[in-house]
Amino acid sequence: MRTSRTGRAGQYLALLAYLLFLAFPFLWLISTAFKPPRELGSLHPTWIPEDPTLANFRQAFDEQPLLQAAANSLIAALGAALIAVLLATPMAYVMARHRTRLARAATGWVVVSQAFPLVLVIIPLFLVLKNLRLINSMPGLIMVYVVWALPFALWMLVGYVRAVPPELEEAAAVDGAGRLRTLVSVTAPLLAPGIVATALFAFVTAWNEFFFALVLLKTPEKQTLPVVLTHFIGAEGVADLGPLAAAAFLATLPSLVVFAVIQRRITGGMLTGAVKS
Amino acid sequence: MTSVTEAQRAVRRAPRSRTPRRLADHGAWFLVLPALIPILILSVGPLLYGILLAFTDAQSGRTAPTQWIGGLNFRDLLQDTLFWESFRIGLVWAVGVTVPQFLLALGLALLLNQDLRLRWLARALAIVPWAMPEVVVGVMWRLVYNPDAGILNETIRNLGLGDGRDWLSGLGTALPAVIVVGIWAGMPTTTVALLAGLQNTPRELHEAAAVDGAGAWRRFRTVTWPALKPVALSITALNLIWNFNSFALVYVLTSGGPGGRTRLPMLFAYEEAFRYGQFGYAAAMGCVMVAAISILLAVFLAGRLRGGDEA
Repeated sequence: MRTSRTGRAGQYLALLAYLLFLAFPFLWLISTAFKPPRELGSLHPTWIPEDPTLANFRQAFDEQPLLQAAANSLIAALGAALIAVLLATPMAYVMARHRTRLARAATGWVVVSQAFPLVLVIIPLFLVLKNLRLINSMPGLIMVYVVWALPFALWMLVGYVRAVPPELEEAAAVDGAGRLRTLVSVTAPLLAPGIVATALFAFVTAWNEFFFALVLLKTPEKQTLPVVLTHFIGAEGVADLGPLAAAAFLATLPSLVVFAVIQRRITGGMLTGAVKS
Repeated sequence: MTSVTEAQRAVRRAPRSRTPRRLADHGAWFLVLPALIPILILSVGPLLYGILLAFTDAQSGRTAPTQWIGGLNFRDLLQDTLFWESFRIGLVWAVGVTVPQFLLALGLALLLNQDLRLRWLARALAIVPWAMPEVVVGVMWRLVYNPDAGILNETIRNLGLGDGRDWLSGLGTALPAVIVVGIWAGMPTTTVALLAGLQNTPRELHEAAAVDGAGAWRRFRTVTWPALKPVALSITALNLIWNFNSFALVYVLTSGGPGGRTRLPMLFAYEEAFRYGQFGYAAAMGCVMVAAISILLAVFLAGRLRGGDEA
């Protein structure tokens, strides 16, 4: 299957065009974040700031409680990721190993839960959490994030469990290991990378989430980063571009780092169930 | 071959017959319950509750008890021209994002599946939009579309194509402008799904077809596409759902403006519920959206599957 030289060049050109399309908004964000007000007001903006400055970052921290917001986001995302994985792993194990009616119902729910618009979920949740006095509170938000992350966590974990050959567990059972012992010392170590990937994925999803946080968190000191970011945009849609860009850039960094870590797993075939390795 | 599978089956059957069935089931319940209970309480329950709310006059902050009003919300909704306009915009947005997104992602996935140099870098860069919070994506594109300090208008000016415009507040340009952002934001998920599908297509078949002298397009039609089709169908169906229900991107970009030109159904329902406090009415909108998306999917999947049989 030899591709001609012009064909190859065309492919590289097309790939370059794609990468430019995917990268340019982010580059522009970075460029804007480092520009002084004079350049931001200029009618002829440049790609590279002529007079780069960190003033926007300082101003962003002065204007909004970014550190507090980042701490809130971190608590919500860590809590949601840990609890979701803790709850989902045993269930995923059952779903992967036993073909019971329950497992099938759970799979069905994973699919159906994707189709419902969040309004239909958030209104009753809002009322329930209000009765429990969990509006404007981290535990309330974490509970919502856990349930919201479960479908995808289950989906990923079922794939990882299937990748662990049942023969290994049976061999351990033949050697006299009890059921719990088998799970802890045979299955769990083999499953660990998958569990970590799932937790990181749940972390990023919760870190990036906006809608639930917007509805459930009322006071600025409780709000997460994405919600606080929107405060930079004024009532008339007028935004102070420099600090907005600086804050947005900072808010993205943790997700980018985590994604860089799990990147291989994602492109390597998360959607095929990651079964072949 | 057969003997091996039979041997495996025998091994697999052995432990199960030893443990009584009921005991195994008890263990399963113990493992399932920790996830099942929160799911029932915080997901299945609220969904059913939400559907029930659509048949009540529930409002926020009201002292009088909520009453059962039957289909009144739905009858009001039928007359609500603003909602149907928003619904129409939602459909235009969902289809306008999903279709180009699929074609662009397919092109990118085919490229990334080639043996190109720096492929690892391209793959890593291609999923960057996925890692970003939707709010940041919205903020980023506001900076790009900014009439004065934005790079889009500056590029247009440099190319001598006029002065550019205020993309996000123009009545005619707002919806196309947000659709472009929607396409951009969903590219990674679609590309990764299609790439995974491509890697499952049989390489030998590809090579055999090439030896037989089939051109690139024939090879795609006869070898790649049949293998890719199930993945393509499911990711497109999911994209349609996700896009129709999307919220954060447009909330940050335009908050539904100008003059409601980008007010997606989710934004409409959100305002109805949390700005005006009409919980029952907003829940009814949610129900209509679920119904619509189900019908849309049924039509799409039925049409696609039938098309597959004929081909």
